[in-house]
Amino acid sequence: MALRRGTATARLTHVNAIFEASLHSWPNPRRDISVKGSAMLRSSFLRIATVLLLSAASTCWAKPAPVASPATSPNDTCLACHGASDAKDSAGKSIAVSADAFAQSIHAQSGIACTSCHADVSVDKLPHGEKLKPVACANCHDKQVKEYSATVHGMARRGGNSVAATCTDCHGKHDIRPSKDPASRTNHANLEATCSSCHGNAALVAQAKLPGGNIGSEFHDSIHGRALAGAAQSAAPTCTNCHGTHNILPVGEEASRVNRAHVPETCGTCHGAVLAKFNSGQHGKMRQAGNTAAPVCTDCHSAHEIQRHESPKFQTAVIGQCGGCHADYLTTYRDTFHGQVTALGYSQVATCASCHGAHEILPASNPASTVSAENRVKTCQTCHANASAKFVSWDPHASREDKTRNPIYFYAAKFMEWLLIGVFAFFGLHTLFWFARLVIDKVRR
Amino acid sequence: MDTPSRAVAETPARTSPRSGVTGWYRRFTRTERILHALLMLTFVGCALSGLPLLEADRPWAPVLARMLGGFQTAGLIHRVCAAVMIGVFVTHVGTLTMRGLRKRSVLALVWGPESMVPQPQDVVDIYHNFKWFLGRGPRPVFDRWTYWEKFDYWAVFWGMFIIGGSGLLLWFPFFFGKLLPGWMFNIASLVHGEEALLAVGFIFTIHFFNGHLRPEKFPMDTAVFTGRMPAEELVHERARLYDRLQATRTLAREEAPAPTLESRAFGWVVGGTALALGVVTILLILYSAISS
Repeated sequence: MALRRGTATARLTHVNAIFEASLHSWPNPRRDISVKGSAMLRSSFLRIATVLLLSAASTCWAKPAPVASPATSPNDTCLACHGASDAKDSAGKSIAVSADAFAQSIHAQSGIACTSCHADVSVDKLPHGEKLKPVACANCHDKQVKEYSATVHGMARRGGNSVAATCTDCHGKHDIRPSKDPASRTNHANLEATCSSCHGNAALVAQAKLPGGNIGSEFHDSIHGRALAGAAQSAAPTCTNCHGTHNILPVGEEASRVNRAHVPETCGTCHGAVLAKFNSGQHGKMRQAGNTAAPVCTDCHSAHEIQRHESPKFQTAVIGQCGGCHADYLTTYRDTFHGQVTALGYSQVATCASCHGAHEILPASNPASTVSAENRVKTCQTCHANASAKFVSWDPHASREDKTRNPIYFYAAKFMEWLLIGVFAFFGLHTLFWFARLVIDKVRR
Repeated sequence: MDTPSRAVAETPARTSPRSGVTGWYRRFTRTERILHALLMLTFVGCALSGLPLLEADRPWAPVLARMLGGFQTAGLIHRVCAAVMIGVFVTHVGTLTMRGLRKRSVLALVWGPESMVPQPQDVVDIYHNFKWFLGRGPRPVFDRWTYWEKFDYWAVFWGMFIIGGSGLLLWFPFFFGKLLPGWMFNIASLVHGEEALLAVGFIFTIHFFNGHLRPEKFPMDTAVFTGRMPAEELVHERARLYDRLQATRTLAREEAPAPTLESRAFGWVVGGTALALGVVTILLILYSAISS
């Protein structure tokens, strides 16, 4: 009995010595802990000591491994060190794991052990080495990781890009919650912030040359971004509604949901009625005929800065988008009162869409068009209630260059040009000579 | 040689300066001065309220439009100024008609040295003035109205018809739309803008130089505000008028008291403001021309 007690005491002393030694061999952080978190360390130490003592005292003489008891788990063993909020490694990097956050995570709730992910750590061999292997999510989430590796993020990672998002950038690490959980990073309400942690981070956007620029700030002020911040949050689209999640592809790739080839359908998942109108309009028809230059939603509305169509800013800016393809019509429009007023930023007068429509634009040759000979009076009357057939024979796109379309206008413009040139040439010289003569006379006198 | 009925081809250069003539002489009537002041103010008003539209794609245009209270307020200013300007024009034509009726002779109005209608002498004056510019002859002298003054005058007439007519068309499109084909509105907006550029460009450079900014008059000639010109101008610049008045013994009738301080102050303040606004406008137009 004495021997046993003596041996047991010696055993405890031995364990103590190991721990003391480990405090020196595992330098700074541990020492930090021993100073700052001494109370916690003490309690942990006592707990381990008790376990060892009990096991030693009962059966397990040669193996000092901790044995799971109803009161403890292997995760607690890890948290004994990592649970301290100021735990650091030798390089001063935090190795803290919030016990609370982990407890709320899907993994903890499913009873997953730390060592299930950190497979190169064994609670048998503590302390573990400082450098651990990266966690392989694929061990369990094989399908998702396979999908990810084909995304724009996965490809960038493989290409050596060290900032491209991996699993943890979107899902978190120890605090991963299911997407349905309102506190999850990947919850519908939080995705904008999650994606913006890179795509709305001005410094990172510039440093990594993220495509599209500071999308986070653009999106935040867009009609979708504002809706996301409002009451209709659950109905408003966030990043993944257009881009997908584990299948995000570069915009240039045809399989991408946001590639030109699929933009109308992607937008149409919510805006079905608009898509139907668009498809029956000239632009939609061009697209169906295989014309890849035909405009899609984003050409007029932009991708991330979509504004309410009633806003003066959008109404006056979209004219420039129409003019991107219809340059001649933009020039002649700018020669009219309508075009001049909208150029000043006021939207109370006719823009392109006022006469031509927006999604359902048809060529004037089509009788159903708002600008067809049949409908023109009615279209002008939406603003000019008194418009008559004579009134609407005004040409909203009269060109001073086009002799065949507007011969009188053409010659009137030529006449005015030459009148200006003639008057300014004669009196310009007259004034110049006069001034020169007066100066010369003054100098001579 | 120095007779009032000098032949057209003869050079009206003065060789000996007159002396002993002092004081002030009538240049413009009270009505003419008031009409000029109103014309000037409404012209600047129309120019500033219309230019933002005409040069709408320039960075300064939205700024100016906002300063004027937005395009609708600018449009209101434009129409009010236009209405007053049309009033000025009608009043002027009315006074001319009255003058013609009173004198029972339209001829004096349209012919001779007192008329604003271009005379053969004006062609000769242009020739001699250019000769002087180039150092090939003496400086010519003039009668009551020089050829450049007549040009300015008729430019307003022309402008009133072109800008005023097209402006009324654009102001009342439904009324005129019943009478005129739609393409007339295209022409109207074209010539309204082009003629406006011509008028603004001309008045704020050529007219300003001829009337005010040239070294002899710099910074401005207040004659159009005070209605008086000094004897010096009559004798030296308008020597043909002086000779004519002396020959007909009507020089005394043209004498006038010195301009009052008020009328001169009015000229300096109002005329100076118009000059400054005009120069700013020209700088904006030049900026547009250079940046385009």
